[in-house]
Amino acid sequence: MANKDFDVRPTPLLDELESGPWPSFVTGLKRLRDAGKRYSPMINDLLGQLEHSYEERLGFWKGGTITVIGYGGGIIPRFSEVADKFPESSEFHTLRVMPPAGMHYTTDILRKMCDIWEEYGSGLIAFHGQSGDIMFQGVSSENVQPAFDALNELGFDLGGAGPALRTSMSCVGHARCEMSCYDEAKALRLIINEYLDEMHRPALPYKFKFKFSGCPNDCVNAIHRADFAVIGTWRDDMKVDQEKVREYVAELGRDYIQEHVVDMCPTRSLKLNEDDTLSVDNKSCVRCMHCLNVMNKALKPGDDRGAVILIGGKRTLKIGDLMGTVIKPFVKLETEEDFEELVEFAGEVIDFFAENALEHERIGETIDRIGLPAFLEAMGVDPDPNMVLHPRQVSFVRTDDFQEELERMRAKKAGKKEAAE
Amino acid sequence: MSEAAAKPRMPDEVGVPDPFQYMHPIMKKNYGKWDYHFRPRPGVLCHVALSGDKIWTVRAGTQRQMDVFTIRKLCDLADKYADGHVRFTTRSNIEFLLADEKNVDPLIEELEKEGFPVGGTGNSVSMISHTQGWLHCDIPGTDASGVVKSLMDLMYEEFVNEEMPNRVRITTSCCQINCGGQGDIAINVQYTKPPRINHELVANVCERPAVVARCPVAAIRPALVNGKPSLEVDEKKCVCCGACYAPCPPMQINGKEETRIAVWVGGKHSNARSKPRFHKLVVAGLPNNPPRWPEVGEVVMKILRAYKENAKDWERMADWIERIGWPRFFELIDVPFVKHHIDTWTYARLTHNHSTHIQY
Repeated sequence: MANKDFDVRPTPLLDELESGPWPSFVTGLKRLRDAGKRYSPMINDLLGQLEHSYEERLGFWKGGTITVIGYGGGIIPRFSEVADKFPESSEFHTLRVMPPAGMHYTTDILRKMCDIWEEYGSGLIAFHGQSGDIMFQGVSSENVQPAFDALNELGFDLGGAGPALRTSMSCVGHARCEMSCYDEAKALRLIINEYLDEMHRPALPYKFKFKFSGCPNDCVNAIHRADFAVIGTWRDDMKVDQEKVREYVAELGRDYIQEHVVDMCPTRSLKLNEDDTLSVDNKSCVRCMHCLNVMNKALKPGDDRGAVILIGGKRTLKIGDLMGTVIKPFVKLETEEDFEELVEFAGEVIDFFAENALEHERIGETIDRIGLPAFLEAMGVDPDPNMVLHPRQVSFVRTDDFQEELERMRAKKAGKKEAAE
Repeated sequence: MSEAAAKPRMPDEVGVPDPFQYMHPIMKKNYGKWDYHFRPRPGVLCHVALSGDKIWTVRAGTQRQMDVFTIRKLCDLADKYADGHVRFTTRSNIEFLLADEKNVDPLIEELEKEGFPVGGTGNSVSMISHTQGWLHCDIPGTDASGVVKSLMDLMYEEFVNEEMPNRVRITTSCCQINCGGQGDIAINVQYTKPPRINHELVANVCERPAVVARCPVAAIRPALVNGKPSLEVDEKKCVCCGACYAPCPPMQINGKEETRIAVWVGGKHSNARSKPRFHKLVVAGLPNNPPRWPEVGEVVMKILRAYKENAKDWERMADWIERIGWPRFFELIDVPFVKHHIDTWTYARLTHNHSTHIQY
């Protein structure tokens, strides 16, 4: 393909990614290369470097330090190690930009983002990165500040990078889901916007991620991926519309409901009655969501809704994979005070992390290192059997104050009961 | 330059933007008041609010790394059919929000004409959640977009249909940090050799105590090499995880042949039925073979077929394997069980079978 201003880099390996039915990012990059725009030579060399990676099976980017005025993070610097071969894309930085909670957009705002990125960047935008950021990919060092200024004027702000509070995600939730048990977008914005300082001026031992899912289906993968997961649930009985249960039975048959709903209940809490209605043992139910997922017209979360807070999820580095541990088996999330308490607790956990974690240690690893009881004590949270699979099975522990602890917890429980009455 | 022009613009720390200004009016009106939903066809959801309002969602796959022309094309379609409102899923699918059912079919027709697959809902294989790879990462073992494009081409029919026993969530990661996350199937780089150290550069580039501290098996120690302060690796201890490479690029972990791909199965985020799970190793040592990674595609398709043919409705990959047992799983996908399948990490003993529960 001829281009007036530069020789088009041959990309025989990448060209093979233009066939096939799935949308091709290579075709997209070529559109930018051939657009005759300011950024076209940059994309030409980017394609050249990527082809070089495909030949050598190695990456050729290195990091560095690039920031905008007032911030210490949010830009991912990329300098080419093969800039002599591909000079036009020698600087190809990314701006991590926080999306609106729930990733809602109007075409108007998307078009404005495109215009800004054509003016200052490469014309390449990823919706979204694994942390949930809009990734404006490919900008020279010189254009980082004006690109950020333009996006900032549009009402958008940089996300997290490095040892800092990170960009957060919430599921679609309240905006379009019948299973949503709390206002996810509200919780996300209250917490992240309260602690923005920890995001924009990185000073934590390592990254800290919040994620918000409206129900135990956990559509934003919070238990695995978040240091602080807020997952919607309910405490009272689930709602059953028996007429609609009958409709499901009529449509799918008793055998199907028995095998795929009743028999798949993890705690055997369901019974399909002779009259095609469903009985639920709500005391045994663990709110796993399976039956609600299958029969979403008939079965609903109860009215006493809130969330479970799990802390410490992360992937392998360094001590091995960790999932979040239940720290608050239930918090109510209805009133402004409920949300304030959540924000306050989040702040206490961030403070604890900042003060006690070792460098490059995630909070799950800190808890593993010091033991869950020590973490609970530091947080002022009472131990609860919901936090563990089972009580201790190893006798090697010092228990000289065991009886005192029993008394203390008994007194506390009695005090709470009294206060409630 | 005037004083005003020289004064830098300070950021307006607006934080996370308010979503309501961009949200479809029907979603805004019925916020937190939805009743149920159904799927009229693959790629389409219809949500019904307690008020009786309905909203149709048409979900389409994208290449995630999008050029502005692709984004504007999607915007044109959203203006024409979706009142100018879209959103994205965590797996980079775009969702068009439609107030009017009669726009559903024409939108689908135009999306397909423009090369955007409509699907990814219900019991389908949705878009692979993935990372940056050679396109933009500083420590990648492989590409991300290319692997994903190759795999999605192979799994296209499974994206546009809903013929799987339950949803299938696939992830890829281009190093062992595993930014792609857990998946029913996870395709991750697995290094096979200890880092090759460029001793000339270590002292200048790396903060040596930080690198020593980063190693999960304490295999790195300071050393003087050719009179220069550097680091050395106890190769008998090294687990080839690549953790030292990020803080110290002269400890090159990647190699044209040494960087290999592993496939894992049974990761699951949802609490539905069974508790969330981490994925488990199926096969490692697959070649890192651009531009199409055929060997990886073959393994993934074999696993998908076995799951599709053998799992019961609503069983996720992990649920299915738990029912049939790992021996049967390995038999079905025709992969022998080898010593590397047995965990050796901390608490590995908790992964042993201490019972006579055996499926013959």
